[in-house]
Amino acid sequence: MKQIPAPLWTLTVGVVVTVISFWVGYNHGFLPEQASAQAPLVDDFFNIMMVIGTALFLVVEGAIVYCMIQFRRRKGDDSDGLPIEGNLPLEAFWTAIPAVIVIGLGIYSVQVFQEMGGFSPGGLEHDHGMMIAQAHTGAMGGVSEDTPDTPEARQQLAKAVYGFGASIDNEGRSADLEVNVSGMQYAWIFTYPDTGIVDGELHVPVDADVQLNISAQDVIHSFWVPQFRLKQDAIPGKDTELRFVATKPGTYPVVCAELCGGYHGAMRTQVIVHTPEDFQAWVDQRVAQAPMSVDAIAQNPADLSDSDYLAPYETALGVDARLVAQLSQASADDIINP
Amino acid sequence: MAQANLTDRGAGNFSVHHHPEKWKWYDYFTFNVDHKVIGIQYLVTSFAFYLIGGLMALAMRAELATPNSDLLDPNLYNAFLTNHGTIMIFLWIVPGAIGGFGNYLVPLMIGARDMAFPKLNALAFWVTIPAGALLLGSFFFGGAQAGWTSYPPLSLITANTAQSMWILAIVFAGTSSILGAVNFIITIWKMRVPSMDWDQLPLFCWAILATSILALFSTPVLAAGLVLLLFDINFGTSFFKPDAGGDVVMYQHLFWFYSHPAVYLMILPIFGIMSEVIPVHARKPIFGYKAIAYSSLTICLVGLFVWVHHMFTSGTPPWMRMFFTVSTLIVAVPTGVKIFSWVATLWGGKIRYTSAMLFAIGLLVMFVLGGLSGVTLGTAPVDIHVHDTYYVVAHFHYVLFGGSVFGIYAGFYHWFPKITGHYLNEGLGKLHFVLTFIGTNLTFLPMHQLGLQGMPRRVAMYDPQFQTINQICTFGAFLLGVSVLPFLINAIWSWSRGAKAGGNPWDAKTLEWTTDSPPAIENWEVLPVVTQGPYAYGEEHLTVE
Ligand code: HEM
Ligand SMILES: [Cu+2]
Ligand SMILES: [Cu+2]
Repeated sequence: MKQIPAPLWTLTVGVVVTVISFWVGYNHGFLPEQASAQAPLVDDFFNIMMVIGTALFLVVEGAIVYCMIQFRRRKGDDSDGLPIEGNLPLEAFWTAIPAVIVIGLGIYSVQVFQEMGGFSPGGLEHDHGMMIAQAHTGAMGGVSEDTPDTPEARQQLAKAVYGFGASIDNEGRSADLEVNVSGMQYAWIFTYPDTGIVDGELHVPVDADVQLNISAQDVIHSFWVPQFRLKQDAIPGKDTELRFVATKPGTYPVVCAELCGGYHGAMRTQVIVHTPEDFQAWVDQRVAQAPMSVDAIAQNPADLSDSDYLAPYETALGVDARLVAQLSQASADDIINP
Repeated sequence: MAQANLTDRGAGNFSVHHHPEKWKWYDYFTFNVDHKVIGIQYLVTSFAFYLIGGLMALAMRAELATPNSDLLDPNLYNAFLTNHGTIMIFLWIVPGAIGGFGNYLVPLMIGARDMAFPKLNALAFWVTIPAGALLLGSFFFGGAQAGWTSYPPLSLITANTAQSMWILAIVFAGTSSILGAVNFIITIWKMRVPSMDWDQLPLFCWAILATSILALFSTPVLAAGLVLLLFDINFGTSFFKPDAGGDVVMYQHLFWFYSHPAVYLMILPIFGIMSEVIPVHARKPIFGYKAIAYSSLTICLVGLFVWVHHMFTSGTPPWMRMFFTVSTLIVAVPTGVKIFSWVATLWGGKIRYTSAMLFAIGLLVMFVLGGLSGVTLGTAPVDIHVHDTYYVVAHFHYVLFGGSVFGIYAGFYHWFPKITGHYLNEGLGKLHFVLTFIGTNLTFLPMHQLGLQGMPRRVAMYDPQFQTINQICTFGAFLLGVSVLPFLINAIWSWSRGAKAGGNPWDAKTLEWTTDSPPAIENWEVLPVVTQGPYAYGEEHLTVE
């Protein structure tokens, strides 16, 4: 058996691993720009996991490589290694350390989730009793069995439960701006209930507390803005909510993240975060124009965005777009009477 | 080791069964009840499906070499996507690892002449054939296109005929799993040679036992969910039709209640293979036998209560997102225990770098990364960002390709001499390993970054900013495609012409090595007697004073 490494050696390895882990954790550069109040919360959490993960990775992989070199069979040696069958303290140690780490991560998750507004979709704040009661009927009971029959009641119930609500700073307040988001094959439609504006791109003012009421017309879609680190499925028959504060003016992609058909990959548009003045100007300009009809948007998803990345699909989508309206109609029919 | 035992306690009524001295080649194409024939049938068929599923993946990667959808029709892309996943899970890893190695090895490892229910066993194999036929046949109807998860309403409105065939295929595959599971549980429970105590049971058998229990609990739930889906598509019911009061999220619960445990169906038997291969080629007893055996059972228990981590962005309430975050994180602990135990098994060994060992160590190296990314995915706040992105694709390929596929290869190299009586060629084996290892990392490592930066999964067209990384992945995938060739050539050539291997070519201690290679039809003339543990390496050090 090899000698236990000298303390100095262990110390050096420990320091090197620590330094590398912290460096990797905070310099990996894998995450895109942060553009929402939630993004730094998620990133801090991810980075800490990167630090811990890198350290564990280096230690385990290091041990494997060390063994591979140190304990390789030498030429002509056909004997066996030592019959060591276990070591209770060591095994207890490597069960306890990960257990402590994951418990820590679990607690941290709950905290970050709360700060992000994960506990208060539908303005429920922290009334757990109510949440659980509703959650049960919503998710497990099956809508058909034990909920009131009226669609409004059903909507109310669903709306009250899923998604992200006010982040911790805005708790108890209603949002500055509400936008209804509707997903369909293969476009997002944004409706501003206060002004009647309908658009294929999302426009929001910076630093405002925005609430998206998300629904889906045909199949499940998922509303994702990578720079916001936020994602929420758009689910037919269950309204969901996503509340965020954009922190940086700019243009960011809105991506559909749930497989929704052949052109799922092309179901992209953008969110434009304006300064408050620009946003007001946009609203004024749009209100002055005749409001666009939903149909016009739905039939031309490729026209919704001028951004370059959609250009390659204009033909593909153009062809498809003419079908979209019929298709989604047909599919709706299908669902009712196949 | 084992000695002759004259009191032959045959495997049930099997010894009454009439059979020739030796099977002819054509016997392998019939409804044969010998567990070794069935094992080989599973291994060969599942490998064929692996190649088919692999070609689909190559077609997808070729499409993804450019951001535009310019090679495949987008609907065909989705059909490949769906069937690639389905085939790899239900027709390659599950039947290969459990059906193939499980059937071939379990009776041999416990000193039985066959499985408890040989006919049921043959039936379990043969129902996987219609499953495969249905999937391939569905391409005449456009192929199922809703992903291997087949969430409604998409699955209700796309390619109805193909989708129905897909459902039937999974029901067949699930039936096979359930039949197999019952058989394994009874066999391991009842048919060990009398001299074998529970703590002398090889860890592979423990793993198959845990897997079987898991399959038995979870598969019926999937079957129920899919049958409801089938009714919705074909018989006018509306379980999952939102417009008619159905609940689409309910389907996701039913689906993941099975399909999360399904990922353990795909890795527990592999863990079992690892626990056999590593001690033999490191020449050391397995470190922490009990910890490994019990951690399999813990994983299988906790694994039944983590399924909502696939639904953090779906219609799930806050308490559920948090509860399942914590339960998911807990699974990482027993998983870690196994990894550490294998590393400790290497420590102080005399490692022989056979191809089997290289694949086992390769698995260890990559599985660590897959486990770590799994932990990050298990926390709801981070998963909200990366759910349904390439980050998830990277995670599950590290555990499934870097894990399960590497494990199956390790098993091939390790037990090929037992199964055929010939070694696989080591030179080709090492070439195979190097190509596969580089290919896997080249294909799947960059995908982490893609997902974190904003590329969703299951897309045929993507934002051009991701093109370079995608091209690296595509290159890696083609390297993986090429890497299969040395193995195929090796396996076909060595099956009859490889260097002759004796009964115990690796000098291993489990019972399958106490008989000839390949074993006689009822495994032993006289059943072996267990006189020491399955991993009693290095005992000579104890006797030398
Ligand atoms: C440390 C242990 C593991 C943890 C904590 C873990 C966690 C997770 C989580 C949270 C997801 C969901 C990600 C998402 O969709 O957003 C996931 C996906 C997945 N995992 Fe793991 N995982 C672990 C090990 C494994 C193993 C061993 C396998 C199989 C061999 C596996 C196979 C998969 C697959 C196939 C998916 C994707 C399913 C799909 O959406 O199509 N994971 N894992
Ligand atoms: Cu979509
Ligand atoms: Cu899972």
